[in-house]
Amino acid sequence: MGSNMAECHPVGFQWVVEAKERGAKVIHVDPRFTRTSAMADLHVPLRAGTDIAFLGGIINHILENGREFREYVRHYTNAPAIIDKGFEDTEDLDGFFSGWDPESGNYDPSSWGYAGAGGEPTAGKSEQTADVSGEQAHGAHGMTLKKGEPPKQDMDLEHERCVFQLLKRHYRRYTPEFVEQVCGVPRELFLEVAETLCENSGRERTGAVCYAVGWTQHTVGVQNIRAAAIVQLLLGNMGRPGGGILALRGHANIQGSTDIPTLYNILPGYIPMPHPQSHPDLSTFISENGPETGAWGDLDAYMTSLLKAWWGDAATKDNDYCFDYLPRIDGDHSHYETMVRMLDGEVKGFFVVGENPAVGSANAKLQRLAMAKLDWLVVRDTNEIESASFWYDSPEIESGELRTEEIQTEVFFLPAAAHTEKEGTFTNTQRLLQWHFKALEPPGDCRSELQWVFDLGNRVRRKLAGSTDPKDRPLLDLTWDYPTQGPHGEPEAEAVLQEIGGRDSEGNFLSEYEQLKEDGSTACGSWIHCGIYADGVNQAARKESRVTQNWVARKWGWAWPKDTRLLYNRASADPEGKPWSERKAYVWWDEEKGEWAGHDHPDFKLDKAPDYTPPRRGAKGMAAIRGTAPFILHPDGLGWIWAPTGLVDGPLPTHYEPHESPFVNPLHAQGTNPTRQTFRRPVNAYNPSGDAPGADVFPFVMTTYRLTEHHTAGGMSRSVGYLAELQPEAFVEVSPALARERGLEHGGYATIVTSRSAIEARVMVTDRMKPLVVHGRQIHQVGIPYHWGNRGIVKGDGANELTSLALDLNVHIAEYKTATCDIQPGRRPRGEALTRYVEEYRRRAGSIT
Amino acid sequence: MSPASLEVRTYGPDAEPRMGFFTDTSICIGCKACEVACKEWNQIPDRFGSHPPSYTGNSYDNTIDLGADTWRHVAFVEQRAPLGADAAAVSLVEAAARGALAEEAGLQTYQEGDGLRWLMASDVCKHCTHAACLEVCPTGALFRTEFGTVVVQEDVCNGCGYCVPACPFGVLDKRRPDGRVWKCTLCYDRLRDDKEPACAQACPTDSIQFGELDELRSRAHERLGQMRAAGQDEARLYLAGEDDGIGGAGAFFLLLDEPEVYGLPPDPVDTVRDIGGIWAAAGAGALALGGMIAAAVLGGRR
Repeated sequence: MGSNMAECHPVGFQWVVEAKERGAKVIHVDPRFTRTSAMADLHVPLRAGTDIAFLGGIINHILENGREFREYVRHYTNAPAIIDKGFEDTEDLDGFFSGWDPESGNYDPSSWGYAGAGGEPTAGKSEQTADVSGEQAHGAHGMTLKKGEPPKQDMDLEHERCVFQLLKRHYRRYTPEFVEQVCGVPRELFLEVAETLCENSGRERTGAVCYAVGWTQHTVGVQNIRAAAIVQLLLGNMGRPGGGILALRGHANIQGSTDIPTLYNILPGYIPMPHPQSHPDLSTFISENGPETGAWGDLDAYMTSLLKAWWGDAATKDNDYCFDYLPRIDGDHSHYETMVRMLDGEVKGFFVVGENPAVGSANAKLQRLAMAKLDWLVVRDTNEIESASFWYDSPEIESGELRTEEIQTEVFFLPAAAHTEKEGTFTNTQRLLQWHFKALEPPGDCRSELQWVFDLGNRVRRKLAGSTDPKDRPLLDLTWDYPTQGPHGEPEAEAVLQEIGGRDSEGNFLSEYEQLKEDGSTACGSWIHCGIYADGVNQAARKESRVTQNWVARKWGWAWPKDTRLLYNRASADPEGKPWSERKAYVWWDEEKGEWAGHDHPDFKLDKAPDYTPPRRGAKGMAAIRGTAPFILHPDGLGWIWAPTGLVDGPLPTHYEPHESPFVNPLHAQGTNPTRQTFRRPVNAYNPSGDAPGADVFPFVMTTYRLTEHHTAGGMSRSVGYLAELQPEAFVEVSPALARERGLEHGGYATIVTSRSAIEARVMVTDRMKPLVVHGRQIHQVGIPYHWGNRGIVKGDGANELTSLALDLNVHIAEYKTATCDIQPGRRPRGEALTRYVEEYRRRAGSIT
Repeated sequence: MSPASLEVRTYGPDAEPRMGFFTDTSICIGCKACEVACKEWNQIPDRFGSHPPSYTGNSYDNTIDLGADTWRHVAFVEQRAPLGADAAAVSLVEAAARGALAEEAGLQTYQEGDGLRWLMASDVCKHCTHAACLEVCPTGALFRTEFGTVVVQEDVCNGCGYCVPACPFGVLDKRRPDGRVWKCTLCYDRLRDDKEPACAQACPTDSIQFGELDELRSRAHERLGQMRAAGQDEARLYLAGEDDGIGGAGAFFLLLDEPEVYGLPPDPVDTVRDIGGIWAAAGAGALALGGMIAAAVLGGRR
């Protein structure tokens, strides 16, 4: 669900094909019949943006029919945990959880915690600090527990406030009939999916869920995945071979750029960014962000080692290991918030590296208008993409909204090396890092990102050399002495990998994160990657064939943490440490040797017996986690069916309608996610929704997506003849019924309109797009691949002209995957006429600005 | 020894086992990596120079057919199972009528129980056992390699084009503006370096399998058996035997429907197969005619 794996991850999909050949059932739940559906045993079309309704239906089906893997649920999840008596459900409060503050539009999550946990959850506290709200607390890892388990539990799962019972109540109304009504999935088809999942779970069998941006790009993106987590925990499919939830990433290394983040709000290894007021020193930061129990109990060691890796000898105990050198996060600096501020003239300079916001970001017009307000813009790409050329050839130049001579932005275009022209690692969905080698030198002035950042650092440091200003110390004290090689003086990527992998004070390479110390004697650029250069070997570059080793293939690449291929794999054995079944044996307790053994590296303390119970008082870190608790990153070692902390929009996923939807939420008066982030201004006008007046002006559901033939915003494919010719023109996919209703001609042109803009595309009338019956009425979905822009060998209108800034507050991702629209036959108006055309639609609909 | 090996015998001790492709379309995911890898390796020009591509509306196929600049082509076929066709008592005509009615009423939804199939198949030169292209080539540009494959030598081809209509599959094609004929070489250069062809190497699902023809054929029969056992009654092998009109192909297929559905000829024939007979018949006719004329002339003198 939420993924078109065959088209967007064709290389990984070979394993799905192989699994199918070996008897696995493949189900594809997706609004469209895609190349993935063509290969699946069953395709289930659903209305875009109703995944929680569907998954909630599965949760309800499991619970109502007693299909949960009871022993797994009792021991390995927080289903027995009793929740704070202040908690009230969306079922009680008409769509809100307890803690809603209508003034600020945010939740106070303190009533979502475990009963008796006392105080506020760690993450909750951060959320309420200073002017930092919501997701800026991301990376605060759980709550403080006196012992490494929920204070109050009912192992029979019967207490009315235990998670299991709250879950039951929360999803009671998610019946097959409800799923049919809301998602447009016939109940028989839904039940076939639910039963197939149940039948393929338990001791002998496991099921896996693959998702991608079809789940994340919603105003309920994070909760979509949470819903899948609940299903998989109830069915016992986590930490076991053949199970799990696989996040298929958007590019070869998106996982890597999250682990060692290009994100604004976390540090390497998911350590949160410090806040300006609430984190005056390292020890406060540690106590506020690291729970005392579980693997995060050693945050002090991870953090100190990170600071030592970055500032080396300059980082000492006396200066708090240069903790003050870290930038502080003082608010929302995510992409869209930044672009809106840019539009208001508050951002002076901008680096665009590895993205093309003028095509790939939601509301592409807003992105371009914002960049036109900059003083300077640096674009690094393999060719001159739309984000670099908007100042002379964007649609706004055509329409007269922008005039080249009036744009003040100075644009610097820096040619970038392609992936074949540089070395480094790619991290895939299962946290596996694979080293890739440089095949050839980049041509001309093209350089790798590594070299560019290195050179930029060197130049800035040269300019600051000799400065006595304390604010320059962080840059001057950086360890920035990477050896270089090759004709262009390229820094050695392996040297960076060594820094990430960690060393002790003697310079010896570390082999696992347990070796990290809080006393400054170890340096490690990312604690989760500790050991990637163990024994002085680039472990990610190992490439032994799977044919010559066991099926887990641990001699191929390296996976964090500690080269563990399957996270939380303690759960693959029962509480006594025996495999749940011979068929699904993975790791187990070896009684004779007194340690964990198995096909993979056990993701557990090797000598911790299954019957280990922490001492009654004073146990910290991993010592506080009992021998039956596999999810060691959590302070209670349990799989979180209930999220007591960490999310800004509720401890359980709830069906909310998309920000723009033709339907009203039948569950509660608060029909949309109350925490969703919106930006009210004319350039980002929203379509009216549900039964609001004017909603019928945009009667259809639209969804945007990729094709195999192109790559994201097209910078790497519209410029390459062999790829561009495969899908040479922008097109829109509609059903025969919609084509008839709107007079659309196959192969002709159609104009698609939202309150943002109108685009044109060639029409593909196909049975693959099916109208659905939702709430008893037929609804059409319009499918728009989003790869095109106004540059490249093949050009066309981009789908993101139509999408809006309506975001999931947890992660500030836009709802690219669903909105409402109108579609009409023929080409769109050009120039100024286009502006008038869209304005007329806004007027008719009474669009929300 | 398969028939084509007879010709390879001319290589004497240099002859290699006959190599080929088995394209199992049941696991093709339509990614077109084969098309791209082929063009990359063989340095085939993209179409923007000679005949810029445009949207065809033919499902996801904007390549349309094999040609001088397309040596691998992935076909996309969208099939709608007729409404109610499963029901035993319903004729196809009746089912089609029901489907039309349902669509007319705007009820064409999944709720109505109709099924959809999206077939994808990567086509390529068949490297025929009896290759008409090779037989009609007057310059010897087309030849059979030691691997039993059929290859055009670009430095010999004079662009006469005789081979173009000779091919029963429409594979051979002249490149514009170059004028010469270009087609799949089964990556002759790679084969000589003991490497598999670019398309087969790029295929993520092993839909394109490369190997010794005999081995591929037995693998294909095994696969067909599996598919049939799994209830895929329409699955069939195409050009896998030797008793068809081209004496078998070096590149053969497992299809999920009639060959016509994929744009493949159902019963391809070596276009020069009957040429001997034609000449013999023509000769016999000429002789008979000559005899009659002679008889008439001679008789007239009497």
